[in-house]
Amino acid sequence: MSITNKQLPLIQVKNLKTYFFLEEGTVKAVDGVDLAINRGGTVGIVGESGCGKSVTAYSMVQLVSRPGKVVSGEAIFYRRPAGNDKSSQIETIDLLKLPANGPEMRKIRGGEISMIFQEPMVSLSPVHTIGDQISENVLLHFDVSKKEALAQAASMLGLVGIPKPETRLNTYPFQLSGGMRQRAMIALALICRPSLLIADEPTTALDVTTQAQIIELIGKLQNDFGMAVMMITHNLGVVAEMCEEVVVMYLGEVVEHAPVDPLFHDPLHPYTRALLHSIPVLGASKGIRLEPIEGVVPDPYNRPTGCPFHPRCSRFIPGRCDVEHPALFKLADGREVRCILYENQAKGD
Amino acid sequence: MEPLLTVKNLKMHFPIQKGFFRKVVGYVKAVDDVSFYVLPGETLGLVGESGCGKTTVGRCIMRVYQPTAGEILYTNQAGNHVNLATLPNSVLKPYRRELRMIFQDPYSSLNPRLTVKDIVGEPLIVHNVAGGKELEDRVALLMQRVGLRPEYMRRYPHAFSGGQRQRIGVARALALDPRVVICDEAVSALDVSVQAQIINLLEDLQAEYNLTYVFISHDLSVVEYMAERVAVMYVGKLVEVATTKELYATPMHPYTEALLSAIPKPDPRRRSKRIILEGDVADPAHPPTGCYFHPRCRYAKANCKTETPALREVLPEHFVSCHYAEQLSLRGI
Repeated sequence: MSITNKQLPLIQVKNLKTYFFLEEGTVKAVDGVDLAINRGGTVGIVGESGCGKSVTAYSMVQLVSRPGKVVSGEAIFYRRPAGNDKSSQIETIDLLKLPANGPEMRKIRGGEISMIFQEPMVSLSPVHTIGDQISENVLLHFDVSKKEALAQAASMLGLVGIPKPETRLNTYPFQLSGGMRQRAMIALALICRPSLLIADEPTTALDVTTQAQIIELIGKLQNDFGMAVMMITHNLGVVAEMCEEVVVMYLGEVVEHAPVDPLFHDPLHPYTRALLHSIPVLGASKGIRLEPIEGVVPDPYNRPTGCPFHPRCSRFIPGRCDVEHPALFKLADGREVRCILYENQAKGD
Repeated sequence: MEPLLTVKNLKMHFPIQKGFFRKVVGYVKAVDDVSFYVLPGETLGLVGESGCGKTTVGRCIMRVYQPTAGEILYTNQAGNHVNLATLPNSVLKPYRRELRMIFQDPYSSLNPRLTVKDIVGEPLIVHNVAGGKELEDRVALLMQRVGLRPEYMRRYPHAFSGGQRQRIGVARALALDPRVVICDEAVSALDVSVQAQIINLLEDLQAEYNLTYVFISHDLSVVEYMAERVAVMYVGKLVEVATTKELYATPMHPYTEALLSAIPKPDPRRRSKRIILEGDVADPAHPPTGCYFHPRCRYAKANCKTETPALREVLPEHFVSCHYAEQLSLRGI
């Protein structure tokens, strides 16, 4: 994949709103999220639990089930038709307009956009062999024989670093270790060579040494296949190691969007700063008192007025932050931040 | 300084039973010959991957399990040494006041059918410390101390957030003025912003009550922050014990080196070449021969397969179990 390729858009999410209609009230899990991922790029989505990072991803592939509903927004997918030669026309489709269980959506889901999840033991079927589960995905998306599908599954298992892949086809998930299971799930997700891989906390349930193996593996496969990765995680270390761009979310909104280096070295939004100050940094924090963010993430039923972060913010301006809901200001260097401190620096357009 | 707690050759083997008559066919050596000490007022970090036996060590000290062999010498307030490993349950009760535990999951470690007052007050009742109005006052004081509002005493755990629940767990552990608190992954299940609140709380309480912590965690950044000394475990054995500074800067065991290099650092400018350990953690029921780490070790030589290294003091206060600790020059942080 060439560098120019990275400037080509792959998916653009615009003003996505996903609400959950519960008896106690409506939870605005995702409330107006904009997001863009380029071909072959790596975007990290960070935030604390309940900030809507997973729901954003699930909405993009229409996997939000009742009582959740995508209320509005679009997800434009720039699709390169089969055959995959560079001259062919790129077609654009709005994923959210497709029927959730229609043939087109099912072709994209698992084929061109696939997902890996946090807990491989829960997301893999316990009563089917690894080989059956992976080859099923091949059979659904390509017109091949079962034998051919199994052969592809075996070679994919080899690629993700599972030793003796032919014999592993007949094993069940419980017979594999945690790291091996996560590898099997990556094989299952990548067997159809997707152009976008959504990784939802892929290493959270794993030990550090296994986590390092999986991070390395995803990076290598991304290079080999030229796919884009959307990395959802709360681990800022994983983001710093893997991503090119980072989107920080708080209470269903994007609060900051920046390339990875400025985000860690010159964070703009008070929430991003506070997050970075609250984690102990290896080899640097000993003896320095951590600065936690005061309070807790607000209850989704009573969102604060104005800026949702203002009750916990250290730079809260009375009379403004609790009244005005700030827009996502676009700065001259292309970074975006949702905080009125930056309204004067915003690029006027 | 005399250690407050000395663990000597601790072994905890769980039998594997099979068949109708539950015949014992083997043992899971969860903890196998572990020795370390904890000084009064310090924090000892106990790190390792899941299944390495760090929680089991904590539970043996608490005598949740009856250890298979070994000694747990505790220096009580009178200055006498008692061996907690062999003490019968009837004599053990006073020591249960002095050694307390904080658990990982604030959701499953609190009884959903008890109010905060019942949860925090129960140890006071069990040990006949307080009752009635006095009990209520003490619970209120404890809640205040951990940053909870005493008015919430009559609420049930479901009404609290994860961080607040962990505070309730801390208050329960502190109810009886303990001397040693075993924190078993006490901050692992919390969100980063809340995690920092609990870490600061634990630090404050330690300074105020001169507590001694055994801090069990898999998060090496948190352990570096909290602990004065760190012990690294691998498949039921200690592989390295040293002061935090020394262990992180100049590790002497290849496993410690690999663990340190595997941590993703929250700084994109420090993306470094990681040491990727091949394969998985060995099965404690069928451990490898010789050094347990040799199948994954980059520096393994022929005798690592056959000879089991002992934990020896390579430098003052720096214990390593590796045949080649002196020869290797390993990379730290």
